[in-house]
Amino acid sequence: MIFLKDIGVFICHCGVNISNTVDVKKVVEEISKLPSVAICEDYQYMCSDPGQELIKRSIKEHDLDAVVVAACSPRMHEPTFRATVSDVGMNPYCFEMSNIREQCSWVHHEKDKATEKAIDLVKSAVARALLLEPLQSEAFPVVPAALVVGGGIAGIQASLDIANSGFKVYLVEKEPSIGGHMAQFDKTFPTLDCAACILTPKMVDVARHPNIELLTYSEVEEISGSIGNFNVKVKKKARYVDMDKCTGCGSCAESCRLVGKIKSEFDMGLGKRSAIYVPFPQAVPLKYTIDPDACLFIKHGRCGKSPKCVDACTTDAIKFDDKPEIVEFNVGAIVVATGYKEFSAERKPEFGYDLYSNVMTGLELERIFAPSGPTGGKPIINGKVPKKIVFISCVGSRDKKVGNPYCSRVCCMYIAKQAHLLKEKIPDADITVMYTDMRSFGKGYEEFYERVQKEGIKYRRGNAGEVYEDGGKIYVRAEDTLLGEPYELEADLVVLGTGLEPEPYAEGIGKMLHLSLSSDGFFLEAHPKLRPVDTVIDGVFLAGTAQGPKDIPDTVAQASGAAAHVVNLISKKEILSEPTIAVVDEDACVGCKTCMLLCPFDAHEFDEDKGVMTINSAMCKGCGSCAAACPSGSIKMNHFTKDQIVAQILEVL
Amino acid sequence: MEENWEPKIVGFLCNWCCYAGADMAGTSRMQYPPNIRVIRVMCSSRINAEMIIKAFQSGADAVFIGGCHPGDCHYVDGNYRTKKRVDVLKRLIGYVGIDPKRLRLEWISAAEGEEFAETMRNFTEDVRKLGPSPLKALAEEMV
Repeated sequence: MIFLKDIGVFICHCGVNISNTVDVKKVVEEISKLPSVAICEDYQYMCSDPGQELIKRSIKEHDLDAVVVAACSPRMHEPTFRATVSDVGMNPYCFEMSNIREQCSWVHHEKDKATEKAIDLVKSAVARALLLEPLQSEAFPVVPAALVVGGGIAGIQASLDIANSGFKVYLVEKEPSIGGHMAQFDKTFPTLDCAACILTPKMVDVARHPNIELLTYSEVEEISGSIGNFNVKVKKKARYVDMDKCTGCGSCAESCRLVGKIKSEFDMGLGKRSAIYVPFPQAVPLKYTIDPDACLFIKHGRCGKSPKCVDACTTDAIKFDDKPEIVEFNVGAIVVATGYKEFSAERKPEFGYDLYSNVMTGLELERIFAPSGPTGGKPIINGKVPKKIVFISCVGSRDKKVGNPYCSRVCCMYIAKQAHLLKEKIPDADITVMYTDMRSFGKGYEEFYERVQKEGIKYRRGNAGEVYEDGGKIYVRAEDTLLGEPYELEADLVVLGTGLEPEPYAEGIGKMLHLSLSSDGFFLEAHPKLRPVDTVIDGVFLAGTAQGPKDIPDTVAQASGAAAHVVNLISKKEILSEPTIAVVDEDACVGCKTCMLLCPFDAHEFDEDKGVMTINSAMCKGCGSCAAACPSGSIKMNHFTKDQIVAQILEVL
Repeated sequence: MEENWEPKIVGFLCNWCCYAGADMAGTSRMQYPPNIRVIRVMCSSRINAEMIIKAFQSGADAVFIGGCHPGDCHYVDGNYRTKKRVDVLKRLIGYVGIDPKRLRLEWISAAEGEEFAETMRNFTEDVRKLGPSPLKALAEEMV
């Protein structure tokens, strides 16, 4: 009976992308011979409007039962063509795609062999199409809330955009304050905007927003569920300070026995804080946190006669018996904005970062510039104002030796900015930038680079080889690749233009959500050109440097993009479930429970009355592992049935 | 043996990692021999012994299965199930006279286009050295 089906096959040239290597006419000729093929047509661009119209018209004219499109990857256009066939009333699961571009014309150059392969692939798709069954999706409700992981500028922007659209946002940040790396910067390139002046108002907006629930000093512990309804468990770490009572007055930190003794992470270890602290004065929330690794009372159970912070606090906010707390909530969508970490300069020992105190990283110099930083914004290194300054670019970027072949995209410009700021503060400074290639690609960047050169900053092309000490002085050896000669410069300050690496914390989030990584270790987007904000996991979006190195404007743009996608999703009352799940044939099931042991999602439940297995359609994700293992063959994996797969096997051989 | 014999390889690739890696090889225009015929499944664990044996019975010279790296499975641990099945099956097919090297399981991520192309180059070459599958003649007789 299945052979009475009429199949329509549509072969795409993809401009010349397919037709250059695959003889499309030959494929049409061969496929037309198949008895079940009612119509086989080719077209220049099947995904274009006229292409889709051709398919729709053919479905109606030939009363087709199923459609095969041989074109690009189904990962690219399957949703497009499913929608096309649905438009004229065909069930979208009666559509099959044959990938003759990514997996044929683009990877082979012998035309006859590529054509032969394309014919095999299309035949196999037709064999499968004959056995496709219409499937019905179920509608299920969408939780109108979102989770944003990471409270840097990306997470802040995404949260505000979603919250301003009227939806609840849970913003989770692992540090005691939101703000991320941007809060550590003094000025931003190329406009020299004060970073704090443009960031802190947004941070305050987040804290005040009625739709945003801010969970700082918290980490995502567990995420389950899927698009439309993710269940999230967040651990609020013990802060040892009652958030409701703390007024942020700071008298506890001033009185702490360890005041000025603990290295401040926010100041990159250059400044000192107390054991009870806020990372920086404009922190949001402005609530103190006790560092359990430093606090004498937490570590040793005593702190003099009594902890001084307790004595100093007028609102009785210190809470030494504080415990971590698990908060649980549901969201319809997730934005991953976990950011980056600065490259560890120790991994380039030739630059002497570990050895010499006047060798520092770009982020450390940012803190030196900051008015709230360890030197109050004065350019003082080791007690002196440096006069001879060398910048070294591409430290930890474009460097296969440390496993980072990529460009970090921000270093050229932050070096230009820092060189400008140093020149402004120390007009008689002699500043040299040792660069690999200048990459000033953003709006106003090239102009800024030119301005900095005119200010007397010397740019010399070629990478530095080493930094060494001789007679108490520091020298940088490099090769000027334009002059083709080596040279040495004495320096009071060497600034390493350290690049960006994935934030290690992101790895755990990636595992929880099953996100893929690109070869550079950052999260992989669903499509590098057309879906740079989506991930392959429905309902999970990317924002900022979690996806790859980028500057602040690009980060903010991507965050707003991610927020738009989230709002687009959670503003729907309900979405349709994927019907490609496993179902049990109750008549055949013998109740052996083999499948139950295999299911990673606990979707299988044994019906004691009937003595058979049942599968919860909301929990099944459609991997098909159970169907593959069922000894009695009574589990059917919808859309990937045994018969469909076997039909494909037979056709390609 | 046929004069112009070309190995025929049936490939089962999981949608999330290996299939995406194969797409990446295409997007990056990495060349490899046109001997594999790919069948897309959502998870490599959808594939069982029956399907692999069916492929050999029907004349495949080799079967390739591509899944996600351990720990990266879209379905938590489907790839472990696949590994177990393939390990057992390799021993069984060896017993009936099919060289276990004709069945290969690899972990290839969505970003590893070059790994996919390189694996295809190596595997095709290995199968070429092994020659036509002993079941091939039998399969043709049955047809």
